[in-house]
Amino acid sequence: MSALATASVHAPSAVLMDALQVTLLLLVAAAATAVVLIRVPVRQVLVLSVYGLLLALLFLVFQAPDVTLSELTVGSVLLPVVILLTLAKVRKQEE
Amino acid sequence: MTPAARRWVFFAGIAGLAAFYLWGLSGLPGFGRYPGPYGFVINHLAVAQTNATGVVSAVNFEYRGFDTVGEEFILFAAVAGVAVVLRHLRGEREKPALDEAADRDVPATSEAVRVVALLFTGPVVLIGWWLASHAQANPSGGFQGGVVLATAFVLLYLSGEFLVFRRLSPVAVTDAVEAVGAGGFVGIGLAAVAMGLPYLKNYLPLGTVPGAVSSSGTIALISFFVGLEVAAAFVLVVSELLDQTLLIRRGGS
Repeated sequence: MSALATASVHAPSAVLMDALQVTLLLLVAAAATAVVLIRVPVRQVLVLSVYGLLLALLFLVFQAPDVTLSELTVGSVLLPVVILLTLAKVRKQEE
Repeated sequence: MTPAARRWVFFAGIAGLAAFYLWGLSGLPGFGRYPGPYGFVINHLAVAQTNATGVVSAVNFEYRGFDTVGEEFILFAAVAGVAVVLRHLRGEREKPALDEAADRDVPATSEAVRVVALLFTGPVVLIGWWLASHAQANPSGGFQGGVVLATAFVLLYLSGEFLVFRRLSPVAVTDAVEAVGAGGFVGIGLAAVAMGLPYLKNYLPLGTVPGAVSSSGTIALISFFVGLEVAAAFVLVVSELLDQTLLIRRGGS
């Protein structure tokens, strides 16, 4: 409650920014939990990619555009690609 | 140990962890509060000293350039490790890709995926190149640019042009580009030493307009070489993994 009280004395844009930050923090927490809970590797990779995207947005609203770019490229594109290729390899060996 | 006893040990452990975690949280500085003087000093001096308006790049490639050399070689060593682990072993032979094998009915890549991947390849190359060459002007840099450039190769593969991917990224060329990128960074630093300056000292003209493409001396140049190194490193990792999906081991293990 005290956080809301202090937010109301800021300019409207600051309140919006706070709301955006809190929303993204919650979304990142939800996505991270989803990544852990999903047990099917291929689906897990797709959710991991979404999680990377959310984390990149989080870094953006916390004013770290350079980290955003790194997270966007590594977390939501390259890491999933590398894991998908590994899964393809493993599956093939199992056949 | 019985399951019940084990559960109690777990609860004791998690309670201890929670206590220490909360204790640690209570000692953190307030949200968004930055106590140290270093960031303020950098914000004050960086543009005037380096002519780079991308202050993050100025920090990465100049103020703590030596750390960045170390980080770059972490990536270099990691990629070398991947290449060693995934090398072709005796007894392994290549077999046509799964979707090319005659005995298997795999649906072809959908037209939608191919068209989208091809449409994006050009813009992605442009964006990657722009990011890697504009570290001095905005919060991008060689690392981000290099990774984006590498994803262009992945898109080429996605678009079904596996042979184009192979032709554009033969391992010998990728290896060479990676080495040039990593060596270029070190070489720029050593050139300063040869001139009697400290290692990685910015010895090139800084330009007149802060944030212009031609500004910031060695910062822009180092970012370019980092871009080469990172792009080649990731293309190498992806192509090594692609090679692996084409390999089978003798004995069917």
